[in-house]
Amino acid sequence: MAETNNRNGPTRRAVLESGAATGLLLATGMPAGAQQPASATAIAATPGPTMPVSLRINAQDFAVELDPRTTLLDTFRNHLGLTGSKKGCDHGQCGACTVLINGRRINSCLTLAVMHEGDEITTIEGLAEGGRLHPLQAAFVARDGFQCGYCTPGQICSAVGMLGEVKDGWPSHASADVAAIVALTDAEIRERMSGNICRCAAYPNIVAAIRDAAGEA
Amino acid sequence: MRAFTFERAGSAVEAAAAVAARPDARFISGGTNLLDLMKLDIERPAHLVDVSRLPLDRIEDTEEGGLRIGAQVRNSDLAAEPRVRSHYPMLSQALLAGASGQIRNKASTGGNLLQRTRCFYFYDRNMPCNKREPGSGCAALQGFNRMHAVLGASDACIAVHPSDMAVAMAGLGARIETVSPSGETRTIPIDDLHRLPMATPHVETTLGHGEMITAVTLPPSPPGRQIYRKVRDRASYAFALVSVAAIVEKSGDRIRSARIAMGGVAPKPWRATEAEQALAGAVASDRAFTEAAEAALAGAVGHGDNDFKIPLAKRTVRHTLAAAVEGMREVTE
Repeated sequence: MAETNNRNGPTRRAVLESGAATGLLLATGMPAGAQQPASATAIAATPGPTMPVSLRINAQDFAVELDPRTTLLDTFRNHLGLTGSKKGCDHGQCGACTVLINGRRINSCLTLAVMHEGDEITTIEGLAEGGRLHPLQAAFVARDGFQCGYCTPGQICSAVGMLGEVKDGWPSHASADVAAIVALTDAEIRERMSGNICRCAAYPNIVAAIRDAAGEA
Repeated sequence: MRAFTFERAGSAVEAAAAVAARPDARFISGGTNLLDLMKLDIERPAHLVDVSRLPLDRIEDTEEGGLRIGAQVRNSDLAAEPRVRSHYPMLSQALLAGASGQIRNKASTGGNLLQRTRCFYFYDRNMPCNKREPGSGCAALQGFNRMHAVLGASDACIAVHPSDMAVAMAGLGARIETVSPSGETRTIPIDDLHRLPMATPHVETTLGHGEMITAVTLPPSPPGRQIYRKVRDRASYAFALVSVAAIVEKSGDRIRSARIAMGGVAPKPWRATEAEQALAGAVASDRAFTEAAEAALAGAVGHGDNDFKIPLAKRTVRHTLAAAVEGMREVTE
């Protein structure tokens, strides 16, 4: 079932990706020695042996053959057609790839798909119920919590996980007393969402959307 | 990323044996540091042994009144644990000052201790680095070194250990439990887990290949008020320039005992024992805190860009001690 989304002919995505590869070398303006060495590219391109992996994503079961190197994010995007989760930095710094594993938010770029058999995985595609937006999705729309929208799936999944953590009484770095019960102030929201970067800087509206959704919860 | 084979270990001893069997094998738990380094071709394991599902994820009371934290307890679970928040608040504070919510949900207790430095030159394959390629030299010595060590470094390496959690654990006198491939267990004081770089900065710990951390035990909560204070370039999600974990126990107007550990300044969590000795029995005053700060940084050496860390660390020690004393209720026993 993983292959059902394969299309014939060049796709917009494939064209963008091939363009991005050449564009990177031109755009960085760094000396040739500072680029990814050619050997590393060759290493990455070498196919390794695959293994069968079963994943449960958005209450649906998927069976895929994967090179064990495949991150959970690349599995969604390149093998299962679930392109809602975004690749920003691919190093766990930007949060665009945030998804929920058994209700907990994580960076899907920093984990291997083979390590998530048996887990209940939720991506942005799995948040709405029967065509009705998740309260956080609705709040982001109502508050205009984005500009370009690239970080938004990660922001929303992260916020879903974050509000669960608040509900469970977890403290944060912004909490004056880690042993006390926490009230979700704007300072708390900002600290708890610091793993999600928005280069458009839509932060005031993102905070407002999360505040609204927290009030409804 | 280079190709590797993958297996999931059924038990701790099985995992230790699986890694010991191959020099190119590594444990993987949260993977937040290892996978990042593998993508950059800095770590190159040919075999990964997944230990993340081992039943080492419990936090239990010990007979002596402390806590035993399984190596697979996630950083976020440890920070949110009620016994840690009440009795070891500086450990919660340190954990919450590190990384992001997403990473804390993945990163394990054992993995946090064993994470590698974030030195820019260690991360840049085009630069020499004695830690990455022994004998190639240290680019940080003459390079951009504002994040680097002022204590415990060597001519071969001035990288710092990046953990916040480990600094609080050093202040609390934690002990590290391990299991070896033969099934033997041992307990290592946290101060003996990480090695100083000396001439061999690529050898970072005293663990053998295949020896796996199974738990961290904390002694009973020490008397006194605990504070973890972290100074960094931005308010959240950044590594420490300097951090201080302090526990101060007062008796009348004097300090009965103090414990101080520092982060961001050394290749390992840095226990400032001279400063602790300077404080024991002293009248709790700014003068005593200043003397303790001087003692803590007595052997510090700057490398240019990081010279500022020495006065910054002194001020942070002084202010953290003052905050621990001022915020303390008088205990009458």
